[in-house]
Amino acid sequence: MKDLRLERDVRTETNKIEARGVQVYYGTNHALKDVDVDILDKTVTAFIGPSGCGKSTFLRCLNRMNDTVASAKVQGKITLEGEDIYDPRVDPVQLRAKIGMVFQKPNPFPKSIYDNVAYGPKIHGLTRNKAELDEVVESCLRKAALWNEVKDRLTAPGTGLSGGQQQRLCIARAIATSPEVLLMDEPCSALDPIATAQVEELIDELRSQFSVVIVTHSMQQAARVSQKTAFFHLGHLVEYGETGTIFTNPKDPRTESYITGRIG
Amino acid sequence: MSLGLLCLILLGLAAAAFFLGRQRAMAAAGGDVRRLHSLPGFYGQITALAVIVPAFAVLVVWLLAEGFVIQSSALSHIDVADVPAGSDVSLVMADVTRLARGLATLAANGTDVEALSHDPVALKTALGAAGVAMGNDPTPAMIDAAKAVRTTAAQSRLGLSVVTLALALAGLGWALVRIKPEFRARNATETVAMGLLIGASLIAVLTTVGIVLSMLSETIHFFGIYPATKFFLSATWTPRFGGGSDLGIWPLVWGTVYVSVIALIVAVPIGLLSAIYLSEYASRRVRGIVKPLIEILAGIPTIVYGLFALITVGPLLRDWIAVPMGFGNSSSSVMTAGLVMGIMVIPFVSSLSDDIINAVPQSLRDGSLGLGATPSETIRKVVLPAALPGIVGAVLLAASRAIGETMIVVLGAGAAARLSLNPFDAMTTVTVKIVSQLTGDTEFNSPETLVAFALGLTLFTLTLGLNILALVIVRKYREQYE
Ligand SMILES: Nc1ncnc2c1ncn2[C@@H]1O[C@H](COP(=O)(O)OP(=O)(O)O)[C@@H](O)[C@H]1O
Ligand SMILES: [Mg+2]
Repeated sequence: MKDLRLERDVRTETNKIEARGVQVYYGTNHALKDVDVDILDKTVTAFIGPSGCGKSTFLRCLNRMNDTVASAKVQGKITLEGEDIYDPRVDPVQLRAKIGMVFQKPNPFPKSIYDNVAYGPKIHGLTRNKAELDEVVESCLRKAALWNEVKDRLTAPGTGLSGGQQQRLCIARAIATSPEVLLMDEPCSALDPIATAQVEELIDELRSQFSVVIVTHSMQQAARVSQKTAFFHLGHLVEYGETGTIFTNPKDPRTESYITGRIG
Repeated sequence: MSLGLLCLILLGLAAAAFFLGRQRAMAAAGGDVRRLHSLPGFYGQITALAVIVPAFAVLVVWLLAEGFVIQSSALSHIDVADVPAGSDVSLVMADVTRLARGLATLAANGTDVEALSHDPVALKTALGAAGVAMGNDPTPAMIDAAKAVRTTAAQSRLGLSVVTLALALAGLGWALVRIKPEFRARNATETVAMGLLIGASLIAVLTTVGIVLSMLSETIHFFGIYPATKFFLSATWTPRFGGGSDLGIWPLVWGTVYVSVIALIVAVPIGLLSAIYLSEYASRRVRGIVKPLIEILAGIPTIVYGLFALITVGPLLRDWIAVPMGFGNSSSSVMTAGLVMGIMVIPFVSSLSDDIINAVPQSLRDGSLGLGATPSETIRKVVLPAALPGIVGAVLLAASRAIGETMIVVLGAGAAARLSLNPFDAMTTVTVKIVSQLTGDTEFNSPETLVAFALGLTLFTLTLGLNILALVIVRKYREQYE
């Protein structure tokens, strides 16, 4: 026993989120069928698959954003550090502060850059005074690699930034509530290649502090930024494993056809 | 030729022109549509437009000018001596017009008008028998004037028919000559369409300018006979139709502002909160039922609201609040009118705000909810700030509605001009006084009547100021956030 543990990798791979038998229905549309996934801590997990296969749907189950869709019905069990997030005692509002989300289209609030980042800490009462809040805003903007570009115009509107800057602002805003998991739904699909490269670099840095789940359309992106990859197809989780294995040695023929470009 | 017939003929010509133009285009292209620059219909359209647009333009201008020409031809028969003492030319001219109409009726009945016109007494009896009552006996001069009216009018109609028909035919010829396969009928139609659109907006703008100018001229007339300083600085409003009135505007402006403010205090919170409920919380089914129900409020005639104020709200407020608390015992009060008016403008606030809140992108809500904000935090901190410019617009629309309201005030707040802070006193507003000054049985050139125009212009300035304020607020906000 003891020897075995010593032989393991130094980074201890604990499960952050465990999903078991997750089913999602939109009215009568069975959008997600029996999905089991373990999301590891301090790891980037990529969800890939053709459009409409349920990637976003599954992502939105993880922070209970599907609660805001009237027709959506979620079944199965999802735990965050062993605690069932769909337990009636869990407050979805608190949960969403712990599991941050970045959306496909940058959606900064029509407020100043400072207020965008300070939004989460303010509503959750995370800071005791203005000085602390200033610190949080600065450190989040630094983590999002945006500080140098905006430090002289924190009071300017967030909507006035370029698309890539806006998306990094949204990332800064999401990490300002100190989440444990960061969900990103195609965060680069509205960005140009340079902004995409910046955001990808940022995701790799964020891995040291958060568990990151990223939905992406681009297989190159999944290969570049993730350690684990899950392939979805028609509402099923077809294959899940090390990114390297999925791309070089897929077990399922559907995965192979997708990554070689035969389904898309 | 009567006007209706003339219009019909012009329209018929246009319809014929359409087919002629299309046919000619097809013929010019040798029956091959592909050789034409535009679809054949466009050639038809341009031909029809060439027939109808100039003809109708001349028709309109002619009809506008006709009145003046007829008037002056009649006036040339009337001397100063023909105007009886105590009367004036416009009264005599009214008689002349009536006489001319009577003569037309008689002529249509087959009476020999020429013979009668030398005998005023017989003429009057004949007119009476034909159902045209004359106040005064027609004088020979008036009869001449009336006959002049008739002949000028007949000549004018004949001229009009000839000119417009000639123009229509000329337009037809012009267009038909022009039609060739390479003629760009499609683009030409576009130009004409743009002209029509510009014309329509011009009419709207010119009407506004015209309204302001007519108000302005009467107002200047008013300030010529009543000192402006007294109008703007006096705090009493006591019109006496015998003269010696005190026409200070402040009691009326105060009443208007007071009633409107109460109305907005009622309508803005209720309207806004129900809009938030409908757009953010209500299920689709509830929304489908409640929204039309609220909008029904906007369709109720204001006189019905007035009755509600008069027989229900007024006595209720008096018996339960004003009398027990010692605020007086009037059932007409600013509070009554304000409350009822507030109910009336709720749909203006709620319906518009609802649309505006719905227009805020869902992605902003998702962003806020995704950060762990509750729905109500999301609304307060993200949705409402984003919707604010539109909401300010909705509130100002409601405010102008309240300022211009008359019926509810008459029945709810009374007609007594008063400067008072007590919301349970009867007061009145600018619009109510405009109506009551103009419906008095008095001449149209006394300060008591003309003051209505000064009041109207003040009201116009007030609402204009409100709109400019709204623009400034909205623009400032936009600069900050977009
Ligand atoms: N809000 C919704 N209401 C109804 N159906 C939805 C909704 N969102 C997604 N769906 C359906 O669920 C399925 C999966 O969609 P989604 O998760 O958005 O796919 P992906 O993100 O992989 O492209 C699709 O068939 C889609 O039509
Ligand atoms: Mg998606």
